Amino acid sequence: MASGIRDKVAILGMGCSRFGERWDCGPDELMLEAFNEALGDAGVASNRIEAAWLGVCLEENNVGKTAGPLAQALRLPRIAATRVENACATGTEALRGAAYAVAAGAYDIVLALGVEKLKDTGYGGLPARTRGVQNDLWLPNATAPGAFAQLASAYAAKHGVAMKDLKRAMAHVSVKSHANAALNPKAHLRNAITEEDVLKAATIAAPLGLYDCCGVSDGAACAILTTPEIAKSLKPGAEIVTIKALEVSVSNGEEQAFSAWDGAHIATAREAAARAYAAAGVTDPRRDIHMAEVHDCFSITETVLMEDLGFSPPGRAIHDVLDGVFDRDGALPVQPDGGLKCFGHPIGASGLRMVYEVYQQLLGRAGERQLGRIDRGLTHNLGGHPHQNVCAVAIVGRAGA
Amino acid sequence: MTSLTAAPRPGLLATSRYVPRLRLERAAVFEQHHWMAPGLRGLAKGRRAMASWDEDAVTMAVEAARTLGRALPDAAIDALTLASTTFPWADRLNAGVAAAAIGLAPSARVRDVTSSVRAALGELAAALAVPTGAGAHLVVAAERRIARPASAQELVFGDGSAAALVGAGTSIATLVAARSTHADLVDHFRETGRPHDYGWEERWVRDEGYLKIAVSTIQACLADAEVKAADVAHFALPAPLPRVNEAVAKRIGVPAAALVSTAHETVGDLGCAQPLAMLDVALRAAAPGALVLVAAFGSGCDALLLRRTDAPCPGDVPDDGKAETSYLKYLSFTGQLELEWGMRAEMDNKTALTAAWRDHARAARFEAGRCERCGTVQFPRTHVCVNPECRAQETQQPVSLAERPARVLSHTSDFLAYTPHPPFKFGHVDFEGGGRVLMEFADADVDELAVGVPLRMVYRVKDYDPNRGFRRYFWKATPDRAAAAIARESAAGLDARAASKQATADPATANGATTGVNT
Repeated sequence: MASGIRDKVAILGMGCSRFGERWDCGPDELMLEAFNEALGDAGVASNRIEAAWLGVCLEENNVGKTAGPLAQALRLPRIAATRVENACATGTEALRGAAYAVAAGAYDIVLALGVEKLKDTGYGGLPARTRGVQNDLWLPNATAPGAFAQLASAYAAKHGVAMKDLKRAMAHVSVKSHANAALNPKAHLRNAITEEDVLKAATIAAPLGLYDCCGVSDGAACAILTTPEIAKSLKPGAEIVTIKALEVSVSNGEEQAFSAWDGAHIATAREAAARAYAAAGVTDPRRDIHMAEVHDCFSITETVLMEDLGFSPPGRAIHDVLDGVFDRDGALPVQPDGGLKCFGHPIGASGLRMVYEVYQQLLGRAGERQLGRIDRGLTHNLGGHPHQNVCAVAIVGRAGA
Repeated sequence: MTSLTAAPRPGLLATSRYVPRLRLERAAVFEQHHWMAPGLRGLAKGRRAMASWDEDAVTMAVEAARTLGRALPDAAIDALTLASTTFPWADRLNAGVAAAAIGLAPSARVRDVTSSVRAALGELAAALAVPTGAGAHLVVAAERRIARPASAQELVFGDGSAAALVGAGTSIATLVAARSTHADLVDHFRETGRPHDYGWEERWVRDEGYLKIAVSTIQACLADAEVKAADVAHFALPAPLPRVNEAVAKRIGVPAAALVSTAHETVGDLGCAQPLAMLDVALRAAAPGALVLVAAFGSGCDALLLRRTDAPCPGDVPDDGKAETSYLKYLSFTGQLELEWGMRAEMDNKTALTAAWRDHARAARFEAGRCERCGTVQFPRTHVCVNPECRAQETQQPVSLAERPARVLSHTSDFLAYTPHPPFKFGHVDFEGGGRVLMEFADADVDELAVGVPLRMVYRVKDYDPNRGFRRYFWKATPDRAAAAIARESAAGLDARAASKQATADPATANGATTGVNT
């Protein structure tokens, strides 16, 4: 009988590059920046790393194929290295590969690194690209904002909410993330904005305006993982952070082709969260989860995720958002680092960046944006579109929590 | 020969027209040209039909054919002829693309005819002249001619299509006589590969072309039928030149009142499709027994004399469309103005022809699968049922979603995505009877998209591949404005009944049928 991953893997060290338009950096520099921080945090030499997982999503725009670019950039000593990709959930996928290898007892110390160099396309937003030769014959060549805007129209219709009220809640989500990122020196977008700024901004994909969309950034983030026992021996007396759950759910076409889905929620998020809560022993997410970093690629995504992750009852997310429940000083802070919205979204790095923030908050290292005592934090990383996607949910906490 | 003449001759079963939604205001065109072509002022009235960026002769032909298909769903069509001088494909059977989209059996005989605006009428005459077989012959003409900016043709031409179905059964008209003349009088020409026509002086075309070649052909047709010109009730003659049909009517002695509208004010001249379109207009107006004369001029002349029966003309007629005042949009849609679309427009739309053939029914016929075990309709059709309670393998029978009504589940108007007609409108669509597809909306206004809006499907160009000269087709959803209007009326009716319920009983306004609930 499988016993899951709870408390079998410890985070020995983490690193995260500054996110943003890093015109002077290629993926090599970004990877090294994150890696050196993690290595210093872990307190081990790089030759202790026995295997590595590299997460890159749009490799054709930056590093190219295989895990070779990671091994070359860090001059890893011909260890096993694997490149993984699961769209925007790639970062968590790298963490998952590494964590399960440690849990399996295959390795003692491993590296999970995600990187994305997006700002080499010549234009804003994510690159336009093929969906595969068969899909291209019929599937609309949708952009990400267009695909996630669908959620807003269906959510408003399903819950009988006026679009202007939904847009106010979405605006609050973005205002909150900008305010948080202003306190985060590594964040891409650090300017404070107002609800009026959001509502007056140019439409990108109705009803989403410019400030409803996350930043497109360059960056890298990584984790060095080991067993709790090795972590204790390497860092005697230090607080040990362990993985409580690491779950992935992938759409099988039901949302896309079966009429049961209402278009107003993320089915895989519910599935992955339910499994993660069971694994971590979370029975009341609103109480047991002390902070969350969710996949706020768009303000509407974060809003509906509050329900899908069990933080708000169905149809109540708008009210909780506007009541400030998810603000930095609210009952359940969400995106204290600014989220994808403002920390930025270098795709392959994002899942690891989320865990990085929970890790920093758990260890009291979050500087100006430090929350009160956190025992357990959740990350939710989504790849794809609302109707066809990958959702990864991780729960990370103190070893004893 | 006797066996042939003994077989019954087929009749005309139905006709139809398709006109794109956008109607370009000619005044808006003239406004841009008057500085150098003030002489166009006389033509700058009314509107001309303008194909959207995703329409071509094939897609418009499909729409005219589908209109007929809806009117006569039981017609066993075993032959399709597509006529156009503006086929998108020089070497790929245009009629084959259309035949797949309208769902003709692979055994149907399909062919293209081209290179003259009278190509379609000649085909109709031939179809009416041969003995009836088991199946019906569909003749469709479609045209999307692109005239040089500031030419008279730019204002005179329209985009659109028309169709005629010939076969055994209840006919709306029967052939009385037909005549054809070929003559290489070059009133205009267009070399293969060139975009624009080159024409000669209109007065010469009228005097030496219409008034001699067309007149003599029509007179011969009437003589064959032993019919006097004065007895012709409806005379349909395309007239891309001003007042030429009046002159022809006068010369042959057809009453001026018999002239059929060219729809110049609202649609424009549809080229190859114009004779069939005018025939459709004429037949719908004709009384039982009336004689209808239709002719087409170009490299000679075809003339057909038909007699209207007392059967009603089946099928719908085009609506009034939507006024378009952007001439620059017209130039862009027709590829005559290159705009800065940004780097997103650079995406390579190469089509894997192997994959396209493997799944050809999916794109051509909008083929979904219906699970025989649980009844779930699903798109795409796959090997494993999508219903989580079923999951049966190899149970999905092909079923087309093309003619099924649908509704909007979710939608957006996307200003980031590249489309030749921003914003890019798309969303999840739920079909009546099951089936859900994420698809593009065509001919939709941003403010009319809403959750629950009724939709119907149209066959369109999905993407162009300018690098290789290929285009791929797929179905798009368009607001079903007629269904929406019916829904509004029925909602208003409910409101009115609710209001009458609340009002104190007034015998003057109470409907007898509702008095039972009017308490």
